[in-house]
Amino acid sequence: MSAVIQAGESPTQRAIRRFLRHRLAMAGLVVVVLFVLVAAFAPLLAPQDPNQTSWSAIRQAPSAAHWFGTDENGRDVLSRVIWGARASLMAGVLAVLGAVIMGVPIGLLAGMAGGWVDAVISRIADAMLSVPFLILAIALAAFLGPALENAMLAIAISASPVFVRLARGMALEAMSTDWVEAARALGNPPWRTAIVHVAPNIVPPLMVQATLSIAEAIIAEASLSFLGLGMQPPDPSWGSMLNSAQRFLTQAPWLAIFPGLAIFLVVLAFNLAGDGLRDALDPRSDRK
Amino acid sequence: MGIWLLRRVGQIIPTLLILSVMIFGLQQLMPGDPALILAGEERGDPQVLAQIRAELLLDRPLHEQYLAWMGRVLQGDFGFSWRIRVPVSELILEKLPVTFQLGLMAFIIAVLIGVPLGILSAVRKDQPADWAANGAALFGISMPNFWLGILMILLFSVQLGWLPPSGYVPITEDFWQSIATTIMPAFVLGTGVAGVLMRHTRAAMLGAMSQDYVRTARAKGLRERVVVWKHALRNALIPVVTLGTIEFGRLLSGAVLTEQIFSIPGFGKLVVDAVFNRDYPVVQGVVLATALIFVLLSLLADILYMAINPRLRRA
Amino acid sequence: MRRHFVAAALAVGVALGTGLAAQPAAAQQHLRIALREDPDILDPTLARTYVGRIVFASLCDKLFDINEQLEVVPQLATGYRWENPTTLIITLRDGVRFHDGERMDAEAVVYSLNRHANFQGSFRRSELAGMEKAEAVDPLTVRITLRAPSAAFLSVLTDRSGMILSPRAAEAAGRDFGLRPVCAGPFRFVERVAQSRIVVERFADYWNPSVIHLDRITYLPIPDNNARIANVQSGAVEFAERMEPDHVEMVARNNRLRVVQVPELGYQGITYNLNNGARAQTPFGQNPRVREAFELAIDRAAINQVVYSGAYTPTAQAVPPANPFHIRDFQPEARNVARARQLLREAGVQTPVRVELTVPNNPDLRQVGEVIQAMVREAGFELRINAMEFASSLQAATRGEFETYLLGWSGRVDPDGNIYTFVHSRGPANDGKYSNPEADRLLDAARVELDADRRRQLYAQLNQVALRQDRARMYLWHRKNIFIHSTRLQGYVPVPDGMIRVQGLRLN
Repeated sequence: MSAVIQAGESPTQRAIRRFLRHRLAMAGLVVVVLFVLVAAFAPLLAPQDPNQTSWSAIRQAPSAAHWFGTDENGRDVLSRVIWGARASLMAGVLAVLGAVIMGVPIGLLAGMAGGWVDAVISRIADAMLSVPFLILAIALAAFLGPALENAMLAIAISASPVFVRLARGMALEAMSTDWVEAARALGNPPWRTAIVHVAPNIVPPLMVQATLSIAEAIIAEASLSFLGLGMQPPDPSWGSMLNSAQRFLTQAPWLAIFPGLAIFLVVLAFNLAGDGLRDALDPRSDRK
Repeated sequence: MGIWLLRRVGQIIPTLLILSVMIFGLQQLMPGDPALILAGEERGDPQVLAQIRAELLLDRPLHEQYLAWMGRVLQGDFGFSWRIRVPVSELILEKLPVTFQLGLMAFIIAVLIGVPLGILSAVRKDQPADWAANGAALFGISMPNFWLGILMILLFSVQLGWLPPSGYVPITEDFWQSIATTIMPAFVLGTGVAGVLMRHTRAAMLGAMSQDYVRTARAKGLRERVVVWKHALRNALIPVVTLGTIEFGRLLSGAVLTEQIFSIPGFGKLVVDAVFNRDYPVVQGVVLATALIFVLLSLLADILYMAINPRLRRA
Repeated sequence: MRRHFVAAALAVGVALGTGLAAQPAAAQQHLRIALREDPDILDPTLARTYVGRIVFASLCDKLFDINEQLEVVPQLATGYRWENPTTLIITLRDGVRFHDGERMDAEAVVYSLNRHANFQGSFRRSELAGMEKAEAVDPLTVRITLRAPSAAFLSVLTDRSGMILSPRAAEAAGRDFGLRPVCAGPFRFVERVAQSRIVVERFADYWNPSVIHLDRITYLPIPDNNARIANVQSGAVEFAERMEPDHVEMVARNNRLRVVQVPELGYQGITYNLNNGARAQTPFGQNPRVREAFELAIDRAAINQVVYSGAYTPTAQAVPPANPFHIRDFQPEARNVARARQLLREAGVQTPVRVELTVPNNPDLRQVGEVIQAMVREAGFELRINAMEFASSLQAATRGEFETYLLGWSGRVDPDGNIYTFVHSRGPANDGKYSNPEADRLLDAARVELDADRRRQLYAQLNQVALRQDRARMYLWHRKNIFIHSTRLQGYVPVPDGMIRVQGLRLN
């Protein structure tokens, strides 16, 4: 094992250096960035309007005119996959952002306040974690009504207890360190302690968890859309594309291949990046 | 152990209580007045509505409603399906064995794939076999199982015609036919879990192999294979067993989509159909039941952990 | 009446023709039928779904049946006679027993008819609304008195309203009769597992045992089209009902499967919510011009081509071409987006006009919804699709929780059965609560008009009032019932009503 610790390097610099040298993680990051660009520039990149139907050209196999073929309504599958990246990434990122915004302050509060506040919050998080993620999301989406925004909200709520636990754990750890105790002894108000001393420490594990959670949230959005509880027609989402593709598995398999491949690639990329991030930020591990 | 168990069970109770409040809250979120929905054709009749409200205690304050509902739930009464007027508990008991069979098969597949791969990659750390196993695990984790399901149907049913693409035959009716209808969905479900198991097995093995007693065993000149199998593996299996129990809950979640793709009339299909039927009592019942199963499974995991690892009992 | 004799002779012929060949097969004859949906409650009085009727075909015999030529033939009755235009005498078959051993007699018929007509929540009520009373003349003769002459009454008795239940069982079970139906059909109820299967077994004391060769039938709801076709291809079921046009091609080369296509009696259409609760209070529900624009924006033939490979027959009316009451010159208007836009301007509504379309959660109907969504968007509508399981969508429609509803109707032999209940202001399936006294008058008149030409005239006028003028609803196409069954199954007689009659069926 070769531990190359360069002198005068901050932990952040070290993490970045290690991440950059982690080839798989970099590959994941590149793919993520590519998908983000595709989503951002969907209107420019998509050869056609994703909802433009063409009744004379339904279910055509991939060709020069339609690289990914056309779907059951004669819409260009490539354009729909490109626009679908928007729904997927937006859902993944926003849902996790929502989960972080909901979960982290509550977790910090639990960890710092302790006592009955901690007990109540922890039990609520336990209760939510005791329902399998997707089933909780489906139940919430059912009660909120089918729509992409509601699916995102359902995913955010379902994903938040993980961040509550994470933040709480980190807060507890930080609270026991000498410098936080010192800060408190000096009479700093608790919120200041939280922001100045605890928050920076939880950023690295939070980033790792968020990256992995985005991967999970993207699958969850695709799942809800696949079930008809997410993106509503005619707007494309990879999950709903797969749903209608199921009907034509024998006649038009390409309808199922491309959106599925897109989900797989982007999820794989986030997982690779997340794993790499974890390795890079892990102070105990100095390889890779 | 007795006291520990009591304390552990004691922890579950507040969790379940909070969960019940949350699910009762879902009921309040529900769009529409349940009395109107239940009255059906007679919804124009205020007397009928009043009668239904009184029956369901909808005319009482919230806390009384909650207590009455809890009382019924404790007796195993989750209410009635609005659509077919069958008790929700009956529906759940009817569908659960199907999903259980699927989950069990998936779990066996996951263990058969995940544990050997984990051991292999730990033993061959930083060699091509390790990389390949890690890649496979990542692949399994990243693969959306509904897409894998579709791909498998394309290959094994459409192209090769080896397996039925969907449907379900109960195991009590025809064993082999039942296996044939569930092997693809079980594999699809199992891959993700296999990936997680592989990673944990690898980590546990690496941890165990660096322990003193393994080093001692090696130093004593024991053959590498004996070291791996006898000493390291036994200890490595501890987290695998406990993790596996928890992952079983995850299987339930994955079953929702897998059952949808393969048209298997299990628990997952029950909840999805209920969602499209706006049959809210069924949705609630399913959420409560899964939570219950999940909580009991993690209790089981802890007990197993204790049983395997006596040192922890004193801790 | 002459029809009576023809019918009786036909029934005897059928009984003799198949009866002589009947030999108990050595192996268990177990037929498995894949259904497209899970039936609702199995109580002929309370049942609503088409798919339930398929199951009733083995459980509950009716007074009369229809044959391939859509003629009325006797079943539990032996014949009928009109004493005068409002008095119908029905003679019953002797020695018929219910599954519980009770005797099927005039009292049981009177009981069943009254239950269908009066039971709380009955869906037969309107079909039997014209019946003033039913009485037993003697154990094998029933006299039915109608309030007015009815052209459709007899055909009503060929369906669920004509199913005779065991009075003892019905009395004992009350509203739960549907959990264990007891009738006089060739098969009796064994068990039902919701969303999974309904099992019936041969009834030993059936009145016409010689035409029954099967020992057991299992009905398996398999809503997924791919799953249904796969099951029949693999031999897991012997019969699959309501397949899609796509599948015809898929099994064409399979010589172990046979495809049967029959034009249906019914239609696919869109119900508009005009007056049922708050959801009707929209420009769409209140202004016929907006609805006209909507209809003009839709190209039925194109949808048919895209979704169903052109297999169905586009239509503008409730009655299919094969029916004598089909109005030939009442054809769908050609799609005209410019005119549709102009109508919306004239109506003074703000575009895009938001409309919600409730769609049963079947893949093909969802696609129909999407195609319509794309078509009407060009004319200035923003259509939101609301997918719901079929049974729940029916409930939602009844409660007025919809704006527009993509609904199929399986159809009846008599045009009245396709129109009255949906269009008359007191029709129980008039989910949109359309109400126009002129339309009611025409419907009531058509009901009692016994002259075919004059009756057709009344329906033609009704189409002008309810459809062209009021735009009360929209008809899209007449489907085909597509059945795929194993060639092992012999003796299947396709009838346009799409039922699977179990008489004469046998497995080789």
